[in-house]
Amino acid sequence: MLSLASVSAGYGSFQALFGVSLDVARGEAVGVIGPNGAGKTTLMRVISGMLPMNEGSMTIEGQAIGGLPAHHIIERGIAHVPENRRLFPRLTVEENLRVGAYIPTARARFAEQLDWVYSLFPRLKDRRAQAAGTMSGGEQQMCAIGRALMSKPKVLLMDEPSAGLAPLVVQQVFDLVGKIRAEGLTVLIVEQNVQQVLEVVDRAYLLEVGAIKLTGTAAELKDNSFIRESYLGL
Amino acid sequence: MDIYLLEAIINGILLGGVLALLALGLNLIFGVVDVVWISYADIVMCGMYGIYFLYAQYNLPLPLACLIAILGSACLGVLVHKLIISPVLDSPPLNQLLATGGLLFFLQSFATLLFGTDFRNIGVRLPVLEFATMYVSFARLIAFGVALVGAFALYFFLKKTYTGTAIRAIAQDREIVGLMGIDQRRVYLVVSAIGGALAGLAACLLALQYDVHPFIGNTFGPVIFMICVLGGLGNMLGGFFASFIISLIIAIGGYYSSTELSYVFAFSFFIVLMFIRPRGLFTP
Repeated sequence: MLSLASVSAGYGSFQALFGVSLDVARGEAVGVIGPNGAGKTTLMRVISGMLPMNEGSMTIEGQAIGGLPAHHIIERGIAHVPENRRLFPRLTVEENLRVGAYIPTARARFAEQLDWVYSLFPRLKDRRAQAAGTMSGGEQQMCAIGRALMSKPKVLLMDEPSAGLAPLVVQQVFDLVGKIRAEGLTVLIVEQNVQQVLEVVDRAYLLEVGAIKLTGTAAELKDNSFIRESYLGL
Repeated sequence: MDIYLLEAIINGILLGGVLALLALGLNLIFGVVDVVWISYADIVMCGMYGIYFLYAQYNLPLPLACLIAILGSACLGVLVHKLIISPVLDSPPLNQLLATGGLLFFLQSFATLLFGTDFRNIGVRLPVLEFATMYVSFARLIAFGVALVGAFALYFFLKKTYTGTAIRAIAQDREIVGLMGIDQRRVYLVVSAIGGALAGLAACLLALQYDVHPFIGNTFGPVIFMICVLGGLGNMLGGFFASFIISLIIAIGGYYSSTELSYVFAFSFFIVLMFIRPRGLFTP
């Protein structure tokens, strides 16, 4: 479905990713774990076209998407829920969702998608006329995910969905991932919260200092002694 | 209440309508593109010359001349963005101010070169309405009504359409909008065209009341900036209300003293408020 081959990228003279290769199959949920500053967010930004890559190639369903700007990548079916949610705080919940349906194919079925998102997150329907910035962190995360789903993507990228949320809410957010998968979406999720993310993904990659260090199924990684020591504190 | 004071207040409110239209245009561009068009009032000057030549020289019907002037101003807005703003988008704000400030001198000098410094009037004489011994200029009444219609049309566009919602979204987080499929550069062009069209509409309304000359922009350009800063730069609703505050100060001040002194009052009010509320009257 989504495939990256030896992708390198960075900011100016600072290189953040060194030849990262990664594959996500249709319907799969894949995690990217790693410490702060490993390049996880950079990886997400490269895939969604916010940051151009310097080397390597990137394809979705076999079509090359490397080098396309963000507003074209989303038309190929990749939606990105950015770090810290980044809602438009003074727009209402429904207006945020409307912006999510900006691309022509999404506009055509706005009503249908809106019903779908509201059925996934009934809370958003209750809050639809409220300014997005006035909601709780968990509700904002729902809205950010809903906004990305409005474009009816094939692949959903989620960058640290649990960041800055209370523990109880974090659990709810990971439950949402399950809900989204049940709808047949492919998910690539970046998280520092290793323990919980390994409960919801099929496979994961460990990213350290801009390179893939380890990969395996969630069960394999949970048993891996390096992961257990360094990330699970066991 | 003194009937002449009431008349001054009514005229002040009517003047506020056109100023509000221009404040909306300037705030829209600033809020979205993040550049202050110092030369905004001179787009209005170009529009007024357009109407003068189309209507008074080439005898086109007035509504058609206005329509062409509005479309022409919209094109001028796009041109200004493409030629002047877009190359300096990533430059420091000072350079952007110098670029659009340079455009102001360019447009004024170019108009002087082409048309001379004569004051030209389109020669439409609208009646002055009298009721309850008060005199209200019909041209001002029309200007006020059309400006309000323009402002509400803009409001509905921003509120109800995808492009309008995208425009408001960009003003809140320009970095992220690409993820929703919004092409920033395209929206900048749309906004510049709308800003130009609003200046063109204001030109139509002002041409009914004022003579056009190359420096007409200087008479209300500074007032529009003051209004925008007073309302909070980029805050469209704030600018809208600030327009009426300033125009009322000018009208009432003019009633008690003279027109010249009334501008002194308005700017003094502005300076004092900048000490009290430096981020604008309506910025929380």
